[in-house]
Amino acid sequence: MSTPTPPLPRWADLILLPIINLFAAFFICGLIVLAIGENPIEAMGVMIKGAFVYSGGLGYTLFYTTNYIFTGLAVALAFHCMMFNIGGEGQALIGGLGAALASFGIGLYLPAPLAIPLAVLGAFIAGGIWGVIPGYLQAKRGSHIVITTIMFNFLAASLMVYLLAGPMLEAGQQSPQTAKLAESTLLPKMADILSPLGFDIASTPLNASFLIALGAMAVFYVLVWHTRLGFNIRSVGQNQEAAHYAGINVARTIIITMAISGGFAGLLATNEILGFNHKVVLNFTAGYGFTGIAVALMGRNHPIGIFLAALLFGALTQGGGELDFEFQSITREMVLLIQGMIILFSGALAYMFNPPLARMIAKFVAPKDPANG
Amino acid sequence: MNTALELKNVSKSFGLVKANKNINLAVEAGSIHGIIGENGAGKSTLMNIIYGMHRADSGEIHFGGQKVDVRSSADAIEHGIGMVHQHFMLVPTFTVLENVMLGTEGGLMLRDGRGAALERLLHLSETYNLQVNPHALVSDLNVGQRQRVEIIKALKGGAKVLILDEPTGVLTPQEADQLFEILKVLRDDGVSVLLITHKLSEIMDITDTVSIMRQGEMVGHRKTSETSPQELAELMVGREVLLEVDRKPATPAEVRFSATNLGYTNAQGVLELDDINFEVRAGEILGVAGVSGNGQTQLMETLAGMRHLTSGSLNILGTEVTAADQTDPRIIRDLGVGHIPEDRHTHGLVLNFEARENMILGFHDTELAGSGTLFDYKAIQQNCEDKMAHYDVRPANPRLNAKNFSGGNQQKIVIAREFSANPGVLLVGQPTRGVDVGAIEFIHKQLLELRDAGCAILLVSVELDEIMSLSDRIMVLCGGQNVGIIDSADADRQTLGLMMAGQRQEAAA
Repeated sequence: MSTPTPPLPRWADLILLPIINLFAAFFICGLIVLAIGENPIEAMGVMIKGAFVYSGGLGYTLFYTTNYIFTGLAVALAFHCMMFNIGGEGQALIGGLGAALASFGIGLYLPAPLAIPLAVLGAFIAGGIWGVIPGYLQAKRGSHIVITTIMFNFLAASLMVYLLAGPMLEAGQQSPQTAKLAESTLLPKMADILSPLGFDIASTPLNASFLIALGAMAVFYVLVWHTRLGFNIRSVGQNQEAAHYAGINVARTIIITMAISGGFAGLLATNEILGFNHKVVLNFTAGYGFTGIAVALMGRNHPIGIFLAALLFGALTQGGGELDFEFQSITREMVLLIQGMIILFSGALAYMFNPPLARMIAKFVAPKDPANG
Repeated sequence: MNTALELKNVSKSFGLVKANKNINLAVEAGSIHGIIGENGAGKSTLMNIIYGMHRADSGEIHFGGQKVDVRSSADAIEHGIGMVHQHFMLVPTFTVLENVMLGTEGGLMLRDGRGAALERLLHLSETYNLQVNPHALVSDLNVGQRQRVEIIKALKGGAKVLILDEPTGVLTPQEADQLFEILKVLRDDGVSVLLITHKLSEIMDITDTVSIMRQGEMVGHRKTSETSPQELAELMVGREVLLEVDRKPATPAEVRFSATNLGYTNAQGVLELDDINFEVRAGEILGVAGVSGNGQTQLMETLAGMRHLTSGSLNILGTEVTAADQTDPRIIRDLGVGHIPEDRHTHGLVLNFEARENMILGFHDTELAGSGTLFDYKAIQQNCEDKMAHYDVRPANPRLNAKNFSGGNQQKIVIAREFSANPGVLLVGQPTRGVDVGAIEFIHKQLLELRDAGCAILLVSVELDEIMSLSDRIMVLCGGQNVGIIDSADADRQTLGLMMAGQRQEAAA
């Protein structure tokens, strides 16, 4: 056994290390771009411009970011309870169903200020139901949450295909999708919200769901660190035995956590369905549920971190599209590769640079020691 | 004198913490040398330096008169240093022989290595009376036997210096005695034994010489025959310590807590508690003695609501609890029962939580966490600061994670939390396990104060001395049965020992 490395200072752990990991991922991707005969610096420039600079680029980036925030929060909340929720994808799909049912059910009778919250609630509750069933099975029956949530993704996908191609199919429609949702339940675009206030931004899919995402971040923070339920969740997550000793109902805490976690994932539908598609289409979740795991991991299960990670993934999604458009030889798969690299370096290899970095910092800090001690 | 191992001015820092400062140590060949010190005094760091797990920042290690450079544990083994760790490093699904072979399998095929290892194993177990079945699975062995396997592993390379880190922490008194017999044989065979411990009685019983550490420094070397527990304790703590508990006679009042024909059958259908009857009165301590693993844990956890009793009944402060009632720790706690769990790491604390969060664990539904819906961190901080001051928790930093406190201070956090709730009944399990001398004194004093304030206390401990010095009456468990309850005035080691072996009180007396 070698000498244990000194602990990394908090600032380095939270800021420096993720940046180094990110650069390592981009560096490897750069080499691959180079190998297929393109200029990596140029490609990077196109991506950054595409994601932030071009008119509407930022809007699209934040639109994708919104999706990642919801699924990231979903995974992170479950993580705090040491539950590995792989089912964000399915929960988000069912969230779409909930939003649609709420919209069709009440949207025709209520004005927007009432209908929108109810439709959002519909998405949250439906996603929550899809999360709470695996939660219950884990808590009461011992069925492993990883297995059940994965299975529930398939169940959700199949259920949606059945509904969209059958009972909920719009009359006279060929492709599997519902009719347009009730007007009163649709979320306004950010461009429309901001223009009366004097801000003129390009019209993009970015909609009020972004504000819901920011709100969800605040709710997440308060819930986890400032409520008794959050204390229960973290206790169960950190030490189930101690939680039981302390009189916390472990099973109930797991079930509630999975309900809220599923709810967060379900809110993705507010962005994709209520805010953008305005009808339920097949596979609108497009893998956001799975990427949410990486977002939560990178964001260290903290809302601020999740926001930054979601922004990164949002920018990659948007900038990657530009990349595909600008370069002949670079395709959308390159973006998946970059995402994969980032997940690899900041997830699986998150602490690869920890020991050398810690030793380096220790070396710079160490000479002061004798003076202090 | 023939020195087996010598350390000269060895220092080691971890960041800003100086774990070892200019340590000098000489261990004579063929002797048992004790290293004693409180938790966090730097004993384990020093041993890890000798064993090559850490590298010293400065200083020299001499082995057999020669200066050596120990870069890894492989180096150490080559130089003839063996170590038995506090937490065993065995593969439970392997047999004893396979574990002993580990690392020295020899060759591509196992056959040759196995033969040699078996021969060596049998030789060692015969020479040093280390009885163990080579073909038994480690998972089937008890703790004492596993430790023997560790010793054989440490000795197999021909170790001349054997380091044992807190070897008796997990052993019953009998197993500990057997271990000491083995160590004596080793010593007589010329092996130097380094015994790391914080138990004074072990030092006095078995060692030839002793070195005392405090806060990373060696504060003294003594010949065991020329020192006393009192002197050692003072050197360890740095001030005068009260080793004897000053216990006034109890003035028991009304019955607060009782068990009638209490039984507990576990999920596998094994009867672990059988027909237990007792009562605890206000203002007295009922001690529960027994060899570890005879139902103490089950008793504590059943009483605390962590397990459901399967027969009989409890009366807790006037509330009747039977097998039909699905109790849980919340309900029992709300009846006014405090609980210091046996294992503070598993049950008592959430190690990754800050001290202030641990200080409200189990009470976070009360106003300790604030009167509103949200946590009031000001109140939580204040609560922790007050309790840390009152119970002398060090460092008094409410924001420090529980895992960064020493064992004694972790225990004080649990005690502060449970005692401050002013419970009518208190269940106390192993209150001083892994706790240093200074903290033991403090914890004992607090327990007696609580008793005198009228609390009914049930105390479980594997330390017989602790049971005898604190309890007013003693109940002895054997095989999940109550062997008898005797007055502590009538209790001596002999009587209790026989009862712990299962002899009924009448026969023992």
